[in-house]
Amino acid sequence: MTELPLIGEAAAAPSAGSPDASRLAGAKIGVITFPGTLDDRDAARAVRLAGATPVALWHADTSLGDVDAVVIPGGFSYGDYLRAGAIARFAPLMSRIIDAANSDARLPVLGICNGFQILTESHLLPGSMIKNDHLKFMCRDQVLRVENNNTHWTSDYAAGQEITVPLKNQDGQYIADEKTLDALEAEGRVVFRYVGFNPNGSRRDIAGISNAAGNVVGLMPHPEHAVEVGYGPESLDGIGGTDTDGLGFFTSVLNKIVGDAK
Amino acid sequence: MPRIVVDVMPKPEILDPQGKAIVGALPRLGFTSFSSVRQGKRFELTVDGEVTDAVLAQAREAAETLLSNPVIEDVVNVEVVEA
Repeated sequence: MTELPLIGEAAAAPSAGSPDASRLAGAKIGVITFPGTLDDRDAARAVRLAGATPVALWHADTSLGDVDAVVIPGGFSYGDYLRAGAIARFAPLMSRIIDAANSDARLPVLGICNGFQILTESHLLPGSMIKNDHLKFMCRDQVLRVENNNTHWTSDYAAGQEITVPLKNQDGQYIADEKTLDALEAEGRVVFRYVGFNPNGSRRDIAGISNAAGNVVGLMPHPEHAVEVGYGPESLDGIGGTDTDGLGFFTSVLNKIVGDAK
Repeated sequence: MPRIVVDVMPKPEILDPQGKAIVGALPRLGFTSFSSVRQGKRFELTVDGEVTDAVLAQAREAAETLLSNPVIEDVVNVEVVEA
């Protein structure tokens, strides 16, 4: 991954040279790129701002190498042809990710937007996404409530905390049958809910969910676009939040990785 | 060359936003006889050679694994069409 100069300073990242910084930087978080992926560079940047080392993964790779976690970023893999995420799901590296996520090691996997769609197509997460109920592409800053802070990707948030991150999608309407929805609610696997406005008609205002073990999380909004002061949603719309509300995803998994390695 | 046609439709209980938009547009063009539209997909798989039972079985498996998502869609038809 080509290193870009940092524009803003991440408040959460420890200063370079401190013992903490080197320990965190030892954590490797893979970011997978498919043909048509858009947000891989932003996701890699978010990983680095959190203090970890991003590792570029290519969909045709046959090995995950020694990464400690994987982010499946947003975009339009394979042009959303057939169904969003449907073709990416059968990429060679996805088989490795599915096995690693289900293994005893429980590789942490985060799917953002198209990444969430890929995770449902992979059956790592239940349900599916269909076209927004209003049929339009929507891009806005969105308030979310953290319903479950016990997952690998949300432990740095408080339960019930409201965060603001950008949302941008066309096929964002989360659906599942009532039995699945009831089970998700009962098991605490609804991780994020839309607050104030449901931007796509998702069932029960669901913005993100997890698997039973909490290592696999998927959501439609984009935390990786809210990790840097001056470049997040704070100044827009006046709906609250800070520019860096999304950074907690990446610091959460980093704490998990570093904590497990102790 | 023979083709295998696979038809996929959104499940009946799933709201079809695209179908809803189409049914809204029909009366604007004077087509007033239709109360509902559901939009599906048709795939045409061309076969080099004969459509054996094994080939047809492969088409059915592809229809269930890749061409449709069983969470939101049903494979409603798989048939052989001679060119």
